[in-house]
Amino acid sequence: MAKIIPTKTPMREQPAAQRVRNFDEVPHGYSLEEAVQEAKRCLQCKKPFCVEGCPVGIDIPSFITYIKEKKLREGIDRIKETNILPAICGRVCPQEEQCEKRCILGKKHQPVAIGRLERFLADWERNEGKAELPVVAKKTGKRVAVVGAGPAGITVAADLVKQGHEIDVFEALHEPGGVLVYGIPEFRLPKDIVFTEIDFLKKLGVRIHLDTVIGMITSLDELLEEFDAVFIGTGAGLPWFMGLSGENLNGVYSANEYLTRANLMKAYLFPKYKTPITVGKRVATIGGGNVAMDCARSALRLGAEESILIYRRAREQMPAREEEIHHAEEEGIQFNLLTNPIAYHGDGRGWLKNIECIRMELGEADESGRRRPVPVDGSNFMIPADVLVVAIGNSPNPLIPNTTPDIATTRWRTIETDPETGRTSKRGVFAGGDVATGAATVIQAMGAGKIAARGIQAYLETGEW
Amino acid sequence: MKIIDKKIIAPNVHEMTLAAPGIAEKARAGQFAIAIPNRFSERTPLTLADWDAGKGEVSVVFLEIGDATRDLAALTTGDEMYSFTGPLGQPFDIDKFGKVGLVGGCYGIGGILPAARAMQAAGNEVVAFSEARSSFLLYWNDKLEEAAHDVRYSTSDGSLGRKGHAHDLLAENLEEGEHFDRILAIGCTFMMYRIAQVTRPYQIKTVVSMNPIMIDGTGMCGACRLSIGGKTKFACVDGPHFDGHEVDWDVVLARRKAYLEEEIVAKER
Ligand SMILES: Cc1cc2nc3c(=O)[nH]c(=O)nc-3n(C[C@H](O)[C@H](O)[C@H](O)COP(=O)(O)OP(=O)(O)OC[C@H]3O[C@@H](n4cnc5c(N)ncnc54)[C@H](O)[C@@H]3O)c2cc1C
Repeated sequence: MAKIIPTKTPMREQPAAQRVRNFDEVPHGYSLEEAVQEAKRCLQCKKPFCVEGCPVGIDIPSFITYIKEKKLREGIDRIKETNILPAICGRVCPQEEQCEKRCILGKKHQPVAIGRLERFLADWERNEGKAELPVVAKKTGKRVAVVGAGPAGITVAADLVKQGHEIDVFEALHEPGGVLVYGIPEFRLPKDIVFTEIDFLKKLGVRIHLDTVIGMITSLDELLEEFDAVFIGTGAGLPWFMGLSGENLNGVYSANEYLTRANLMKAYLFPKYKTPITVGKRVATIGGGNVAMDCARSALRLGAEESILIYRRAREQMPAREEEIHHAEEEGIQFNLLTNPIAYHGDGRGWLKNIECIRMELGEADESGRRRPVPVDGSNFMIPADVLVVAIGNSPNPLIPNTTPDIATTRWRTIETDPETGRTSKRGVFAGGDVATGAATVIQAMGAGKIAARGIQAYLETGEW
Repeated sequence: MKIIDKKIIAPNVHEMTLAAPGIAEKARAGQFAIAIPNRFSERTPLTLADWDAGKGEVSVVFLEIGDATRDLAALTTGDEMYSFTGPLGQPFDIDKFGKVGLVGGCYGIGGILPAARAMQAAGNEVVAFSEARSSFLLYWNDKLEEAAHDVRYSTSDGSLGRKGHAHDLLAENLEEGEHFDRILAIGCTFMMYRIAQVTRPYQIKTVVSMNPIMIDGTGMCGACRLSIGGKTKFACVDGPHFDGHEVDWDVVLARRKAYLEEEIVAKER
């Protein structure tokens, strides 16, 4: 048996000093040689735990074998049997908590770089320019409406169009993709990749209606008159704020607004694209998740001199992916850990000037087992900043529940669904993704989409609820 | 979305009619749409000023003031609008209130027309207040006169109606003992603020149509947050109409401060 190489084959990336001034993708991806070398590290377990760790159950050992044998077509086809967005998942999935976490190699060494290999195959296919169309079943004459063109909606559409149903996707914004286009920045997920995947969907015969806000122009009940089933994948909604004084000062953004301006509206290409964004000299971001990292890293690329992160717990407790934290550190983001804002002070002319913060220390563990941060009395201090991005999460999108009184919601205002089938309390209506679970991940939204697609398929076949 | 007709109805004021059958069918007084004139432009909220469900057409009125509205103004009859989404926001609360005053300034003169029609249909006595700097800047006088029982004009230069602003005229009417059961105001922030100030002592419910900066308009980005009665509200999904006496005007005016002075200067000139 060949000797085990303990570490992942490294992936080349743009040096930090260079990349903080552009919006190009940071890691370059594997070459064929690098991919084959990494594929050889896989132990090909009889009982592959990695597959169990994947929310959509990709046949991981099998696609890795194809890479080893340089049978790339077969490899990508194998992935696409279960995952229609590999180029995206290979980039943004938290593999370290899913497939790679369960990798046997990872017990002693670094796990196989499953995400990078997935990305490699997907990029190969895209660059070859000929994504193969899967076989579509005979037309069933059934029609399904999908509300929201994010990862959850896209997955439902793809799975059901293959079953021969007619699919119409309704999207509120002027571009499909959901968070993939309005939230996750270009340097982490180039938008061309998202558009290629959406094109693929269109080639399968899915119709996408943009600029269409369900609940406003068409109610859910009206959709049900025309369609045999409806899937709701409307994602996340309004941002949370902390309710501190000065929150409405000019220069204070929610993460959603900041990222939407930068990504969807392409403020980073201002003035060619006309949506403005306040660049600021010192930009502070509040939060410790992926969204906060995206904001803090975008700030530098937009031209800020300094980008500062404020997070109330310790580094180990940050919910962001390790890779993102690491990239942010490399790029020179200043981390203010165990620090919480308590008030925002203006410059007297309506603009943000100072963030008043208080130091925190870790106290007793709470129910979640994490040590709770408690403020240190009298430790108040100021962090000067002219732009502030609040990235502490958001509530689910309110539009459908607000306009559909007979759909049951939880006390967090997420839509109630049956975990086995994706059914809501309303006959013929299914839901999944962030609108049902609260903010989660791309792959979880896709997993929920897969479950709902099966639920819809069963309902269309039997007509039973 | 095809632009069926585009014309200049007063200096710097444009009326645009689009083929949008779905929106025309669903639109109700007080709702808005978001337009992106071309691929590079901003998303721009516009109040729905008129529509015809039978013909499948909707009309908006806008002033050419910034980058976004310049791009809009550059489009003409026969052109395609890059993106047009609606209807958005909550409609006005329409009911039989009694005597209703509708105040419109700048784009809001167009905005009060559907409200006038709906309020009249609901059995109210409708008085419209239309204001501009000069008579040649007023528009849709005929449409308003048809939809309301009475239209009262005010112009800064006194060229039509009372010299001064709509709030001066309304204040005068109230002082003279005229009674209103409800006031709706659409137009620039400062005008709505002044109207709310005028009606406050009389405790007349005054609904203002807020126009904060918005991006998506569908309840996602949070740019349009306002402080209403001490609570954070979002104009795109909770509004855009709020009780003018509950709006925290200091915050609104501060958030608009960069532009406010120019607005006042422009209006006083
Ligand atoms: C900045 C940021 C970074 C992230 N980074 C990662 C990451 O690295 N890895 C990861 O796995 N996850 C990440 N996530 C989370 C992930 O993006 C989401 O969990 C996922 O996109 C949810 O998918 P969804 O399909 O449920 O909803 P969304 O992607 O939110 O899509 C919902 C769509 O529905 C549309 N819509 C809403 N209401 C209506 C309506 N009434 N009618 C019609 N259309 C409507 C919306 O416009 C939107 O396009 C990140 C999220 C953000 C915000």
